[in-house]
Amino acid sequence: MAKEILGTTWTVYDADTLTQAEIYGKVLTELGEKHKDIVALTADLAKSTKIGKFNEVFPERFFNVGIAEQNLFGVAAGMAKAGLLPVVSTMATFASMRAAEQVRTDICYQNLNVKIIATHAGVSFGAAGSTHHCLEDLSIMRAFPNMTVIVPADGIETANAVKAAIEEHKGPVYIRIGRGFEPPYYKNDDYGFEIGKAVKLREGTDITIIATGVTVLQAVEAADFLKENDGISVEVINMHTIKPIDRQAVLDAVNNSRRILTVEEHNIM
Amino acid sequence: MALTDSELKNLKEKAAQLRKDIIDVTFWAGGAHIGGALSMVEIITILYYKYMKIDPENPDWEERDRFVLSKGHAGVGLAPMLANVGFFDKEILKTFNKFNSPFGMHLDSLKVRGLDASTGSLGHGLSMALGMALAARVKNLNYKTYCLLGDGELNEGSNWEAMMAASHYKTTNLIPIVDYNKHMIDGRVEEVMSLEPLDKKWEAFGFEVLKVDGHNFIELDKALEKAVSAVEKPVVIIANTIKGKGVDFMEDETKWHYGSIDSIAWEKAKASVKVDL
Repeated sequence: MAKEILGTTWTVYDADTLTQAEIYGKVLTELGEKHKDIVALTADLAKSTKIGKFNEVFPERFFNVGIAEQNLFGVAAGMAKAGLLPVVSTMATFASMRAAEQVRTDICYQNLNVKIIATHAGVSFGAAGSTHHCLEDLSIMRAFPNMTVIVPADGIETANAVKAAIEEHKGPVYIRIGRGFEPPYYKNDDYGFEIGKAVKLREGTDITIIATGVTVLQAVEAADFLKENDGISVEVINMHTIKPIDRQAVLDAVNNSRRILTVEEHNIM
Repeated sequence: MALTDSELKNLKEKAAQLRKDIIDVTFWAGGAHIGGALSMVEIITILYYKYMKIDPENPDWEERDRFVLSKGHAGVGLAPMLANVGFFDKEILKTFNKFNSPFGMHLDSLKVRGLDASTGSLGHGLSMALGMALAARVKNLNYKTYCLLGDGELNEGSNWEAMMAASHYKTTNLIPIVDYNKHMIDGRVEEVMSLEPLDKKWEAFGFEVLKVDGHNFIELDKALEKAVSAVEKPVVIIANTIKGKGVDFMEDETKWHYGSIDSIAWEKAKASVKVDL
């Protein structure tokens, strides 16, 4: 059973028992109560992406367009153009590739206030096979004008990212999460999440690991292991926002350790 | 209300003026998609002068009717229309297609006052129009969203996704109109990629289909009157048109999908425009 714990700004959920996507579904539903202009859309993945949670509370503001991603993002663009705040969820591979042109031309070129929460990114749905892996989306989304790209480290950071994307940022945002079975890093939500501002998780002077998404926890574990076993001092930075990148954080790391290792669940080709 | 004689006369005069404007802008621009702009003249004329609630003083008015030109390449037809109803000064269209102009061939909603959506990549407009129609429902507003589609454009599968969803959601406040001028870049529609039976296809996707002569205001008016009062299921108007309509040497010619005109052709084209077609 999920245990609720009280965060500083709202109730977050026990990250040990709820998946990233489940936390997202709950947070979105809470935000839907406060912001009547939020509409939620999906393409037959209401259950898998957990956006269906919103439907249970606000059925009149929920739209499942069937397995038709091009229409999904075109409809979202039209809704945003008419003043609504669409939150769209499907798997990352479909959001970033099947409907890439709708995202670019309809949403980004018109700088519309559409939030895309793309799930099953990276190899988080490994067993599904390569059609459902997504190791290209960050490059694709980063290249679209006006797009902000966020890769939360875990469920709590997903909650922070969704809230910030909706309440503190006007314009298109792509939030990339996994399937939901990744172990959490954060225990609480009050660490000062801000879009575009990296978070330092470990101080160190020998090398800096800049990690994003699910690799943040692994980076911290590696840092702790190296410190304990080899006496290597590792700085760890959670670069949750890929675009706009926190340039100052990278420059500070260069000054500090002079050696940078980046870790991401993506390809660097 | 059926069109009165004076309304009809007025619409015909406005249409003739728009045709001349399209010819002017094509000449100034050094080339444009003139054939498909001329074929849609009566359709957008009756929409902007009779059916659409708009306020050129307040282009973002929340309750205004929306128009999405899904066949976005016909921007050379919509831009002078937006000028004629008062969104901006027609003089600025002398910059059309020019470096640093707000007007490219495919119009940009961030740059063109009164334009409800950027279009140009085919198969995008109907989905955006559907989003606007669904938004009216969520916001409890009464506006209509009109979407003008090309015929060749209907090859794009995304249109059929949008049609399926429109009939699923019974968006009777969305009114698609097909400018069926029978030509696309590479030739006649039926030769490149056949659409027939087009009416049966829309019907199968859940629409009531009204077929009209897209250059006849009386027929367009009757169809639009029916479409705006639909309650059961959405109505599509298939408007049979002639590509290049109104300019004798351009009519029904694939090559005028996109063309440029010199000063002699410019004068000739304008001279051939008649008020009573």
